[in-house]
This record gives sequence, C-alpha cells and structure tokens, in this order.
Amino acid sequence: MADSKLIEKHKYMVGIYDHEEKIIKAVKEVQKQGVKVHEVYSPHPIHHIDTYIGHPRTRIPIAAFLFGATGMLLAIWMISYMLAVDWPMIIGGKNFLPIPTMVPVTFEATVLISALGMVTTFFIANNMGPGKKEAMFDRRTTDNRYALIVDLDKNVAKSSEEIKVVLESLGAEANPKIIER
Amino acid sequence: MHDITQDICRQVEAKPTLAWLVAFAISVATLLIGSVALASTWWYGIGVWGLNKTIGWAWDITNFVWWVGIGHAGTLISAILLLFRQKWRTSINRAAEAMTIFAVLCAGSFILMHMGRPWLAHWALPLPNTYGSLWVNFNSPLVWDVFAISTYLTVSVVFWYVGLIPDLATIRDRAKITLEENPLLPTDTAEERKAKKAKRRPISAFMYGLLSFGWEGGAKVWARYEYVALILAGLSTPLVLSVHTIVSFDFATSVIPGWHTTIFPPYFVAGAIFSGFAMVLTLMLITRVVFKLEDYITIEHIEVMNKVIILTGSIVGIAYITEFFVAWYSGVEYESYAFINRAFGPYWWAYAAMMTCNVISPQLFWFRTIRRSLVWTFVLSIVVNIGMWFERFVIIVTSLHRDYLPSSWAMFYPTIYDVGDYVFSFGLFFTLFFLFAKFLPVINMAEVKTVLNSTDEKAKKDAEQRIREEQKQTETETVG
Repeated sequence: MADSKLIEKHKYMVGIYDHEEKIIKAVKEVQKQGVKVHEVYSPHPIHHIDTYIGHPRTRIPIAAFLFGATGMLLAIWMISYMLAVDWPMIIGGKNFLPIPTMVPVTFEATVLISALGMVTTFFIANNMGPGKKEAMFDRRTTDNRYALIVDLDKNVAKSSEEIKVVLESLGAEANPKIIER
Repeated sequence: MHDITQDICRQVEAKPTLAWLVAFAISVATLLIGSVALASTWWYGIGVWGLNKTIGWAWDITNFVWWVGIGHAGTLISAILLLFRQKWRTSINRAAEAMTIFAVLCAGSFILMHMGRPWLAHWALPLPNTYGSLWVNFNSPLVWDVFAISTYLTVSVVFWYVGLIPDLATIRDRAKITLEENPLLPTDTAEERKAKKAKRRPISAFMYGLLSFGWEGGAKVWARYEYVALILAGLSTPLVLSVHTIVSFDFATSVIPGWHTTIFPPYFVAGAIFSGFAMVLTLMLITRVVFKLEDYITIEHIEVMNKVIILTGSIVGIAYITEFFVAWYSGVEYESYAFINRAFGPYWWAYAAMMTCNVISPQLFWFRTIRRSLVWTFVLSIVVNIGMWFERFVIIVTSLHRDYLPSSWAMFYPTIYDVGDYVFSFGLFFTLFFLFAKFLPVINMAEVKTVLNSTDEKAKKDAEQRIREEQKQTETETVG
C-alpha cells in the first residue's frame, strides 16, 4: 500500500468470497464489466490470478540471477586475490590459482548471495520487514476467505452502488464494506 | 479450510499440554547435563576425550557427520520434492525443515567443539588479520566445509522462514481479531470485562505481528512469493547435494586407506537422505500423536517415506559392497587390509551393526504391512539412525586405528566427555524441536490449503467420484 499512502486517501470496496473458484470467476467477470480490480487477498496462492488482475510479471528471478552472478564473481575475486595476489603460497605443490579447488567455495557463495539477495529484494518490494505493520482489509483473508478489492476512486464510471451489485451478483457476502485509506 | 486453520493453530494457541511439558522438561534436563560435559570440554580442552596418537578423530567427527546427514532430509523434502511437484510433501515439509536446521546447529556445535579453542572459530573465515594477512587455505576441504555448512544453514533458515510468514500472519490475525472484535467499553460490567479480557491474546498479537513482517497476502505478493519459493528450491537442490559431497571430501581427499575413495560423495549423499528420512519419521510419528495430526500426516505419507528409505538404504548397501570390491580389485594391499580389518578386525561388531541396521533392516519395508505399520516404522527408523551412526564410526575409527606402523596400532575408548558432548547435542536438538512444535505451526497451512483447493481438474473429478461412491454406499446400506 506504499503508493496509496503518498497520494490522498482512496476509498476501497471489499468483496468477500468464500471459495477459490468464486473469486477467480469474480475477478474475470468484474473486469469484463469494466471495473478495474485493485487487488485480491487470499489465504493461499492462486495460480495466475495476478495476470487476470493485470499485475505486471514479477522480476524476482532477474534479481536472483544478478545476485547469484555477483556472488560468483565476488568469490572468484576473493579466492584469486587471497591465494595468488596478496600472499602467494605453494600449498601441496599446486598452482597458485588451482581452478578445481575454487569450485566448492565459489558455488556456495553463488547460492548464498543469490538466496539472501533475492529474499531481501522480496521483502523490500513488498514493503515487508520485522515489525512492519500490516494493512489488512479483512483479517479473515489469512484464514478461509478471499477478498476482492475495488478502488472506487479509480472506477468513477460506475457508482459504488453499481459495483456493489456486481460484486454481490458474483457471490460476495452481502453489503461489502467500504474502507478508506 | 477453517478446519485446517483450527487444527493447526490449536497447539500454538492453547496452553501447553502435560505431554509437551514433560517432553520439554526432559529435553532441557538433557541439554543441561550435556552442557556440563561441554563446559568441561571447553575448559580442559579436547584432551578429555578418548583420542590418542593413532586415533585423532573419533566421536566428534562421527557425531558431526551424523547430524549433518540427518539435516539433509528437510531440504530434500522441501526443495527436490517441490521441483518434482510431489504434493504429499506439504504436510511434513515444515517440520522436516525445522529438523534440518536444528540438526545442522547440532553438527555445527561439534565443529566448534573439536576446534579445541572455540573462541578462535573465526580463524576459519577469510578475515583480514594482523598475521600478514594470512588467509585461509582454499585448497582445504575443511575450509570448503565451513562455507558449505554455513551456507546450508543460512539458506535453510531463510527458506523455512519465508515459508512460515503466511502462517504466522494467520496466527497474528486470529489473535488480533480477538482484540478488535471485543473492544472494552466503559459501559461493560465487571463480569463482561473479565470475560472479554479472557478471550484476548495481546502477547500473541504482538509477537506474531512482529514475526509475520507485515504480511497481507495480496495477489502480487503471492506471485512473488511463489517465485521466491521456486528459486530457493532450485538453489537448495544442488546445495543439499553439495553439502554432503563436501563433507565426504573431508575424508576422500586424504590419503588414508579406507577414506581415499571416489565413491564417497554419492554414497554419503544417499546415506544422508537415508538417515534424514529416518529421523523425520521418528519425529513425525511422535508429533502426530502428541498434537493429534493424524488427518494430516497419514499412513500414506509414512508409506511413501518408507519407500524412500528402501531406495536410499539399498543405494547405501550397494555402496558398502562396491567399496569392498574396489578395495580388493585395486590390488592395493593397504586398501584391502583396511576393509578386511573393518569387517573381521577388532571392530567387527560395529561393522556388523552397520550392515544389519542399514542394509538388512530397511529391506523389511518391501512388505506392505510393515511399511504401513506405525510400530514397525518407528522401531526401524530408530534402528536406521543407529546404523548410520555406526557407519560413520566404522569409516572414521577403523580406518585410523591400524595405520602403517603396527607398533602404533590402538583402540578407541570413549570417555564420559565424549558421551556427554553427544548427550548435549541431543538435548539441544529436542529442546529446539519442542519449542518449535509448541510456538510455530508444524504444518504449512497455506500449502495444505492450496493443495486442498487445487483447481486441478483431476482432483475435482476424484472428489466427485468419491462423493458418488459414498452416495452409492449409503444407498446400498439403507437398502440393505
């Protein structure tokens, strides 16, 4: 919700559904009727629902790759510098830069930096962190309910009454609440 | 779905049961007894162990390899089985991952112990220092081990914690609902206030709020979350294989007969999965009874895991035989002697224990009734881990105790400190496991919900078929 905090407050309508199939159908139907869905909250991942809403594809894999590549290069640089440049030493008659013995540490560093970097990116992108406060529309969405959020200020073509009727006709709980934030 | 939340949150939210308290007290007592031995080891040095000039490495490294091996099943279940889309993993992956982390911590404690001067542990890291800088030796498998184990521990913790966040948010929201839905009003009578206050759980709301990192469960976040889980699984799969490979390098890159074999990496990895699955079974059989999770950890799960035990147990068996064959076929007399001495020398009993527990006992799982029997599974899972401990002991001690010079041949006798340090690791492991089982959800609720709700056509058809069959049955029953 970081972007909505910066601008003035918006009004959101919260349609609550009790089944995964209902919410998938609702998202598709609501969009067909010209209402833009703001977000969907669910207790478990629903495959492809982000594409139905129209969220752009996540770039997390790119971050993971870049961090992994960084980790690998860092490890190669570190080992080469320490073994061959800073204090070259003959160990067991091997080269100063023994490629095979560099493999294990390079691999581990690649995995470590990739995993840590990706997860940090994930937390920053989601505005998550230890002790961060959540802004739940409905607390039941971490248990057994699904919430379909419509930003009323971005759907001015239809009145909130009309949107309410659309949501209810697709199986939402009666009288969806409106939250301003 | 609400039932899943209820069943799994119950043990987190309720007061601890007597069974849990007793089990936890025993674990803490074990930990304290072990701590005395550990403190003595650190105070007096590792001379208190039963090591001698010939056998310079015994229980410490045996216990290390044993614990690391046990720590392999969790990541295997959560990573490799995720990539293979094995849905049965969902009910055991959380506990198995937790077990992995605790087992790796126990293994780490043995690394620290057998350094002798644990306060200099940072010397194993490539840190700038005032000796030159004198860097660590990257040609040494012991340095690879430092990187492998610490990476494995870190990535396992990250993987486990990211998976925990949605479930922590569930517990947080259940606690916060109790605060929000029952605001204390000035008009409340004293009794109403008391009743409302009894329902509130402000400490849970605060703690799980802190731990759940502000999780909201939006579609955008879930999409990223799924990619993160997939990539972490992809990273962990080669990682888990590399860790025990590198552990085996500790021995395989040396020139000691009995250690100097190329078969070690795959053989150690198979053995690790073998012992890890056995430990998961031991713990899950206890957990499902203590926390009444029979509906989640079913006989089918246990059967599938027993099949993995047959597979990995058989791989280990083939490795034992191959080792023996190669020792003879190589024509190296020292190598041959090391193996003949292993089987028929003064440590024949350890070798026999290893062969019986690891090669023969898992073959019993070919029988369906044994595979599906809780008692048999429980007993055999412990037998397998005893066998795997002996495997490491056999490899390490029998290869060392008779070296090239017969005048220096010796035997290893553990002292009370060897035993005490091993006891310490058990105390640590079970204390952490029981804390986990009480304060965190032992089953991944979000994943179980996904599987349950799967829009998968086949699942739906199966469900319809089942309902139809049940209807038929009730019809025939009413007719009868």
